[in-house]
Amino acid sequence: MTKSINLTLKVWRQPGSQSSGRLETYEARDISTDMSFLEMLDVINEQLTLEGAEPIAFDHDCREGICGTCGAVVNGRPHGPEKGTTLCQLHMRHFSDGDTIVIEPWRARAFAVIKDLAVDSSALDRLIQAGGYISASTGGAPDGNAILVPQETAELAMDAAACIGCGACVAACPNASAMLFVGAKVSHLALLPQGKPEAARRVAQMVREMDRLGFGNCTNERECEAECPKEINITNIARLNREFLKARFFSSEK
Amino acid sequence: MQLDGKVPGGSVTQKWDRHRFELKLVNPANKRKFDVIVVGTGLAGGTASASLAELGYNVKTFCIQDSPRRAHSIAAQGGINAAKNYTNEGDSIWRLFYDTVKGGDFRAREANVYRLAQISNNIIDQCVALGVPFARDYGGLLANRSFGGSQVSRTFYARGQTGQQLLLGAYSAMMRQVAAGKVQIFPRREMLELVVVNGQARGIVVRNLVTGELERHLAHAVVLCTGGYGNVYFLSTNAMASNVSATFKCYRRGAFFANPCFTQIHPTCVPVHGTYQSKLTLMSESLRNDGRVWVPGSAGDNRPPGQISEAERDYYLEKKYPSFGNLVPRDVASRNAKEQCDQGKGVGDTGLAVYLDFADAIKRDGRDLITRKYGNLFQMYEKITGEDPYETPMMIYPAVHYTMGGLWVDYNLMSTIDGLFVLGEANFSDHGANRLGASALMQGLADGFFVIPYTIGGYIAGSQFAEITTDHPAFKDAAAETGERIQKLLSVGGRRTVDDFHRQLGLIMWDHCGMARNNDSLGKARSMIQELREEFWENVLVPGQERDFNQSLERAGRVADYMEFAELMIVDALDRQESCGGHFNEAYQTGENEAKRDDEHFSHVSAWEYTGVGIEPNFHREPLVFENVELATRSYK
Repeated sequence: MTKSINLTLKVWRQPGSQSSGRLETYEARDISTDMSFLEMLDVINEQLTLEGAEPIAFDHDCREGICGTCGAVVNGRPHGPEKGTTLCQLHMRHFSDGDTIVIEPWRARAFAVIKDLAVDSSALDRLIQAGGYISASTGGAPDGNAILVPQETAELAMDAAACIGCGACVAACPNASAMLFVGAKVSHLALLPQGKPEAARRVAQMVREMDRLGFGNCTNERECEAECPKEINITNIARLNREFLKARFFSSEK
Repeated sequence: MQLDGKVPGGSVTQKWDRHRFELKLVNPANKRKFDVIVVGTGLAGGTASASLAELGYNVKTFCIQDSPRRAHSIAAQGGINAAKNYTNEGDSIWRLFYDTVKGGDFRAREANVYRLAQISNNIIDQCVALGVPFARDYGGLLANRSFGGSQVSRTFYARGQTGQQLLLGAYSAMMRQVAAGKVQIFPRREMLELVVVNGQARGIVVRNLVTGELERHLAHAVVLCTGGYGNVYFLSTNAMASNVSATFKCYRRGAFFANPCFTQIHPTCVPVHGTYQSKLTLMSESLRNDGRVWVPGSAGDNRPPGQISEAERDYYLEKKYPSFGNLVPRDVASRNAKEQCDQGKGVGDTGLAVYLDFADAIKRDGRDLITRKYGNLFQMYEKITGEDPYETPMMIYPAVHYTMGGLWVDYNLMSTIDGLFVLGEANFSDHGANRLGASALMQGLADGFFVIPYTIGGYIAGSQFAEITTDHPAFKDAAAETGERIQKLLSVGGRRTVDDFHRQLGLIMWDHCGMARNNDSLGKARSMIQELREEFWENVLVPGQERDFNQSLERAGRVADYMEFAELMIVDALDRQESCGGHFNEAYQTGENEAKRDDEHFSHVSAWEYTGVGIEPNFHREPLVFENVELATRSYK
């Protein structure tokens, strides 16, 4: 049932990466419960603009929960209270009239705030660059059916590959670790026959890069799994550890 | 002027082989002396960057998002076509070619479509090699499903996230080249100008979206992969940042814009539910494999769906098109949904929706199988609407989804500006007046993996390049013009927000240049757009600073371009006095309300040349010749 609610927002405002920020309070009136969270922010931004204030900066793009651009910590939880839901797919029907909502950017050493809720998460790109690929140059591929992939394996690889790279796992982790992100990519590629030849080198390089970029280590808090909007399982971290040990003990990759 | 598509001679099956042989080559050792700019990192841009870098070119790749992995190809759900015939249903390159030409209502260039069908098989192989986790059957072979406009199952898929998996494959291939030092990536950059020197595209001016600085970048060729312009309608299934600005700036610099009125309205989207709504969400066409479309048999019946008995329901697609049923092409499905709603048979609060019902499929195949096939789509639907599609039928309504029009390109994918190549949705070339489902992914990847690596070599090997730097007057002028325009937007200081203008423009386009068009209403829309554009430049309110992360300013620039571009769409729609595919002019329809083409007068590509703001553009024609597929009225009955 559609209805309207009134909310108090406390939003992190920070003009730039070098300046300090603070929480500002805004009243959100007559918010339809059919709105998405980002549409609610759009409404606030329209008001701020007309009042001559600067709108709240936040990253977003597809608004379908698949591009991984959006994200903020809502009442202490990355992407807000709903399980398996990105911020853009979170709808206001999950809030009640009179609620106070605190909205903050991802906080992690590897993610600098650009402005307000927008952060620089390009460290995730650098992790992929370190080895999150299969070296198959264009043109030489064999027929798609020449490589048999058992359905179960394909499904497991797909479960891991569903990661949208939003960074919520890092924001949720008390150590700001990227283990779930790296685990998902390492698993996706190590499970598939096509990815096996480079598996050892991939995991060694990606783990080294993760350390270099200032991400923390995993201490089994499981916050990442709880907050992942695509519900990526932490067995992928176990697989990452296994792949890493295999690489260290049984391959020439160091 | 008559345009030459530079289609090679010989039979359609031989043209591409022959052309690849005839194209000049750049010696492998010389490739490293040439720089290529790629704008956009969707399927076309990502794979173009990867494949060109693999060959040895120095590639600079730009994207508007914070990361190249965000491009909107990622949101494609259903799948990608290929003529593998793994299902033994009699598919072939020829059949995929035929279906695509017919599906496009005979307004695409035959030779391009044939090449696309040929390449389709290599794409699947390449993507498998890159680790794309396509769906498999128990034995480990690739699985297929069917899609609209085809009677064979030729669509490869990765759950309902095929676009995501393909895009991440393309992105990973590109990131490998970043690691190798052959691709340099520039995220959070928006292309605001093309720089043309001695008639050749030699660079771009971009705005750094974090600092607001204007940057100049030089190269020997520019490859534009910036997607479509569906957001001219404000509400569409496109991502928020998708825009026409890059292609439009090239149009203003002399590249011709082809068939801008060919827009695709996708039949299965979550209906509009409020004025604050920022975008529409697609429910993959693959759902029509198992979902049955219906409305109440009588107008004004607003009982809940569960209370309407089988006999009182109108499964209008199955009734009207017995051989294709719910899998008719998108334009046909959309128009029929509108027709039902216009008759008062629409459902939901607004009356602008039809049901897509899975009850029979769940009864037949069990809930588990349906979850495996469409689980994420059902979940997404429930998140948006708060209703459970396993229990109650989905409500869907058509929404703007894809634009077949784009910059005009020849067979080499080069625009009318030398050295400016246009790939993927940004060009016009392969889908005619209507794109079939699962063909956009195919085209983006074909262009980036397997067309541009050859044709760009032919261009570079056959051209002379002046030794210039980014201090060349053409760069200085382009940067100065860009800066002035930004200043102008910031200095208006009016009373209406950018989104407010955009929403109004979108509504004009949806009402007058949407699913059905007529000359009267198009004419009215044109003057409404002109007035709105004038008001925009007098009354827009853009907050913030130039040298800052300023999202309002970004949007203002894009909406300013839409204000001009929308008029071009109207001009094109008014010029094309026929109905074909996504362009349905009410004056031209059969007795059964199907689109009626006029092949005698309109079997051509309309390409428009910019002459100035508000001034009639020059018209150019590329005649379309059909030597292999016989021109016929499309029938899906």
